[in-house]
Amino acid sequence: MDINSKMDLIGSNPPRPARIRQDKSEIIVRWAGYIFISLFAISCLLPFLLILGTSFTSESAVKQHGFNIWPHEFSTFAYQIVFENPKLIIGSYLVTMGITVVGTIVGLFIVAMTGYALQRPDFSYRNRISFFIYFTTLFSGGLVPFYLLITQYLELKDNYLAVLLPGLLTPFLIIMMKSFVRSIPHAITESAKIDGAGDFTIFLRLILPMSTPALATIGLFIALGYWNEWYHAMLFLSPDMDYRPLQLFLYNVVTSADFIRNSAASSNVAMSDVPLETMKMATAVVATGPVILFYPFVQRYFIKGITVGAVKG
Amino acid sequence: MDTAKSIPAVRVKRSRRKQFHNSRVLLLMCCPAVIFFCIFAYLPMPGLYLAFVKYNYTNGIFGSPFVGWDNFKFLIMTGDLWRLTFNTIAYNLAFILLGNIAQITVAILLNEIRKKWFKKVSQTLMFLPYFISAVLVGLLAYNILSYDYGLLNGVLGALGMDPVKAYSEPHLWPFIIIITYLWQTTGYGSIIYFAAIMGLDTEIVEAAEIDGANAFQRIVHIVIPWLKPTFIILLLFSLGGILKGNFGLFFNLVGANNTALYASTDIIETYVFRSLMTNFNFSMGSAVSLYQSIFGFVVVLTANWIVKKVSPENSLF
Repeated sequence: MDINSKMDLIGSNPPRPARIRQDKSEIIVRWAGYIFISLFAISCLLPFLLILGTSFTSESAVKQHGFNIWPHEFSTFAYQIVFENPKLIIGSYLVTMGITVVGTIVGLFIVAMTGYALQRPDFSYRNRISFFIYFTTLFSGGLVPFYLLITQYLELKDNYLAVLLPGLLTPFLIIMMKSFVRSIPHAITESAKIDGAGDFTIFLRLILPMSTPALATIGLFIALGYWNEWYHAMLFLSPDMDYRPLQLFLYNVVTSADFIRNSAASSNVAMSDVPLETMKMATAVVATGPVILFYPFVQRYFIKGITVGAVKG
Repeated sequence: MDTAKSIPAVRVKRSRRKQFHNSRVLLLMCCPAVIFFCIFAYLPMPGLYLAFVKYNYTNGIFGSPFVGWDNFKFLIMTGDLWRLTFNTIAYNLAFILLGNIAQITVAILLNEIRKKWFKKVSQTLMFLPYFISAVLVGLLAYNILSYDYGLLNGVLGALGMDPVKAYSEPHLWPFIIIITYLWQTTGYGSIIYFAAIMGLDTEIVEAAEIDGANAFQRIVHIVIPWLKPTFIILLLFSLGGILKGNFGLFFNLVGANNTALYASTDIIETYVFRSLMTNFNFSMGSAVSLYQSIFGFVVVLTANWIVKKVSPENSLF
């Protein structure tokens, strides 16, 4: 069955005949569904509420009662300190947004271009190049040579490019693009060629505009990767950089009390009064909240991605 | 209209030069990606030579003294290699098996639910954990597991039970890591199975109902067998990656330097990371990476060989 028509059914109920009879088993299964799914869905939400609740609690209440979804003692003190020196968090936001926007545009263009070329049946080298790309998922040099390459040979330590470049494309995204392009009839390319259009023009003028749903999905995957990126940032950006990507900032806040104290140093709070625990939560809310609110609106593109990616490329 | 171009039979055997000429634009279009993989994936590969030397910074990779298999002998003698292999494979097997079972369960139950708004809201909530960063996952776990303030000890305390020192109890960690993994991936992963159920012919279900099948029989005899091929393919695909660990998950849950938990939480990726960033033992890290790549390669070839037998159209190459 065609994957796209299958996807249209998600979220809507399949046409079902009226039940011949509502026997006991139907009712049991349905209730089991409601109960189990409800519990799981709530358990997915609960930890987020725990962070949100704790971030609005006073540090003394946390010390006494622990983390709680409902604040024992309401306080916005942690947020006040986070925003006392807004340069840090705003700088982090700008760095992450910059890397995400540039990386997504460049990466998406390369992925789309490569995916289209590798899907053209009349491209003689497509199998060889496809394998060249696919092989990198089978065998890799591992972390140490990669680290030495970036730091010693490309000399990208403490350079945002060390975060931007490695995240541009993955074999998986190129395979996903290939599956998407496959649904565009080759006849379109052929007729354009007969009309005298070059391969790149066909890609730019015909294929790109026709594959906007694919571009949205792949672009969101790349953007999500950059937004959540902390690994390369942790490896290649040194701790004394002023503005670090958001997730690295969050990582430093979560793992280092000294980092929290230093970032709160410019405020008028005594070192011993810095609310260590609630500041972790407040930083997490500030760093993640806006994106989580945005995410239900783009969810359907991610759904499309996994079902296309699941079929072989 | 000149259609001769597109009919393969008309094409004469082209020379290599002609072939190159005809695809030069498409080749150029592939160039950025090819260069990308050359630099970031192929260029580091010769660096695996590190595994056979005793690396020191001044002499560099290819100037350091050659020691043959000594690094591997050391890894085997200390038992590190065995522990890393066991942990990585055991965790991945648990992730694959329990993950698929959980995904199938969620997909089947979700399919039984009739209320559209309930389906939509619950799906959105269940997908949520998949889209957050590993750092945030670590913080969420800390909120629950922290000895002093965590929710778990709060609940245990309220029930009059002893608090748990989770971050120093290695035997708890297989459960913690597996549950976190399931929490994060089950909702999103269930989409594949949910889509597969959608492809199930309603006429078969109707026919079974007319024949008097109840809901359990419908699920056991129609839906689950229908999902079996999807399950087998996904299983074989993931078997190929059985030696690749989820670094972000382990690193952020366990913490960078929590030595107390290494026995049950150290996987290949975390060991290599430590050898690079903490111990500066580049050669040992590379030896483990080389072992991982070669062993993993053999596993993929085997898995692919099985896929070819089971369902040839799904094989990778």
